[in-house]
Amino acid sequence: MRRYTTLSALAVLFLFPLLWSGYASLEKPANYLRMAEYGEGVGTYATNSVLVSVMTVGGTLLVSALGGYAFARFDFPGKNLLFLATLAILMVPYATILIPLYVLLGYLGLQNSLVGLSLVFVMFQLPFALFMMRNAFESVPRELEEAALVDGCGTFRAFSRILLPAVRPALITVGLFAFLASWNDFFAPLILLNDGASFTLPVAVVSMTSGTFGTVDYGMLQAGVVVMALPCLILFIVLQRHYVRGFMSGALRG
Amino acid sequence: MTGSFRHSSLRHSRKTQGWLYAAPTAVIVGVLFVAPLVLVVWMSLNRWPLLGPATLNAPDNYTKIAGNPLFVDSVLFTLKYTAITTVLLSALALGLALLVQERRPGVGFFRTAFFLPGAVGFAAAALLFYGMLNADFGPIDPILRTLGLIDEPVKWIGTPNMALFSTITLVLWRFAGFNMLILLTGLQAIPVEVYEAARSDGAGRWQIFTRITLPLLRPTLALMLILSVTGSLLAFDQFFIFTNGGPDNSTVSMVMVIYRDAFFRFDLGGAAALSVVLLAGLVGLNTLMMRRLR
Repeated sequence: MRRYTTLSALAVLFLFPLLWSGYASLEKPANYLRMAEYGEGVGTYATNSVLVSVMTVGGTLLVSALGGYAFARFDFPGKNLLFLATLAILMVPYATILIPLYVLLGYLGLQNSLVGLSLVFVMFQLPFALFMMRNAFESVPRELEEAALVDGCGTFRAFSRILLPAVRPALITVGLFAFLASWNDFFAPLILLNDGASFTLPVAVVSMTSGTFGTVDYGMLQAGVVVMALPCLILFIVLQRHYVRGFMSGALRG
Repeated sequence: MTGSFRHSSLRHSRKTQGWLYAAPTAVIVGVLFVAPLVLVVWMSLNRWPLLGPATLNAPDNYTKIAGNPLFVDSVLFTLKYTAITTVLLSALALGLALLVQERRPGVGFFRTAFFLPGAVGFAAAALLFYGMLNADFGPIDPILRTLGLIDEPVKWIGTPNMALFSTITLVLWRFAGFNMLILLTGLQAIPVEVYEAARSDGAGRWQIFTRITLPLLRPTLALMLILSVTGSLLAFDQFFIFTNGGPDNSTVSMVMVIYRDAFFRFDLGGAAALSVVLLAGLVGLNTLMMRRLR
């Protein structure tokens, strides 16, 4: 019983800030109306965030599914080197290569571009995603695709018709991690985007703290917090099982 | 077509196919990871303004680091922040994990409750605390006043020590569940039989914890420590958003100095040199920790 008292007290401490933020934002519904008109309009920022998340999730799934298949089923020169190079991304702190990435994206004509930002997110997701997908493909029995290959399917048909459906849970886990990372990240868009119209939600909502005429609109700010947090909370609660699998897979150990 | 020819062309084509499937990975890793790694070193050897041409000036960007008082202070501050955060975060995460490790009714709810702040983005979490700790707008000051604990508004981010304290509270709230989840994977890998054997040998709860749980949890604890130390040394969002480095630059982290050098002082070469130093330091530290702890 004492255990449950402790647990309940802790749960209150952990849930209180979330509940308060929702309450503070809804206390005056006008908070949301002011937020809707903030800067370029919250619609613009939300659209940017959705675009970046969709491109990041799509790109991560595409690259890691193809790559995971290659690493699980094929032998090719440079295979080990490429795998190690991908895992090395985990060793290199994110913040230390954003400055050169800013310059590099400029060379590629992708400065201040949502596409460029999404590509950077795909790169940061790749070690985890590739590791997950390779393990998922390895655990699919070879007989399954060999039957399809004998029936005259090419490897790509076997991949898309037989293997991809078999690794669906891993795809959901990888997609969920990619969504949470790209939707929430603040540092990369802060550095890689420099025009208000292309800001994502975190950068736009943080800019509310600089206030107008020295006063910060705290109600509007919490409305911004809710708009950012709610999709993540809902997705997490619905897909919790898939999220926890990401931890159990050992992929974090890289 | 002879059998052996067919066989070798099939093998050849499987090699090519393997490469084709791996090609997108190779392009992303090559262009967006290997190239910037090379570029950051090259940039650090040049005077590289935000706008305009770069000129070779090695090793000026490195020699001026020692004369950058903001960076030297930020190293000390970041190390202090990392030490405090890692100790408190490990203790809290371990406590939470032990409380929810056994399958009992309702445990699923508590696990979710502890993790839920981790689903919220860190920027959103920092803004949440920014409002929550505001004396006029947030609920914390009124609650403390009602309980008779304070008489006047608390300067949550108004003094260097309070700013550090508030930031660490934010970080604990946001990351405790994440680290709890990591530790749970380790706890669940300990076979039940080991506990049963210890109990039948008459071991008490504390003995079981120090003699069985902690040693068997060591690899997982090591992973958690490495993630926590690395994450704390790279702290940026919490200080940029929540304290804005203040008061009086007392909460400026190392990554904040890199950001300021690049985008306020327009000195990308200097920022690149700091990045290289930080990168080398962290890779070295990670290697050391992995050897020592595992």
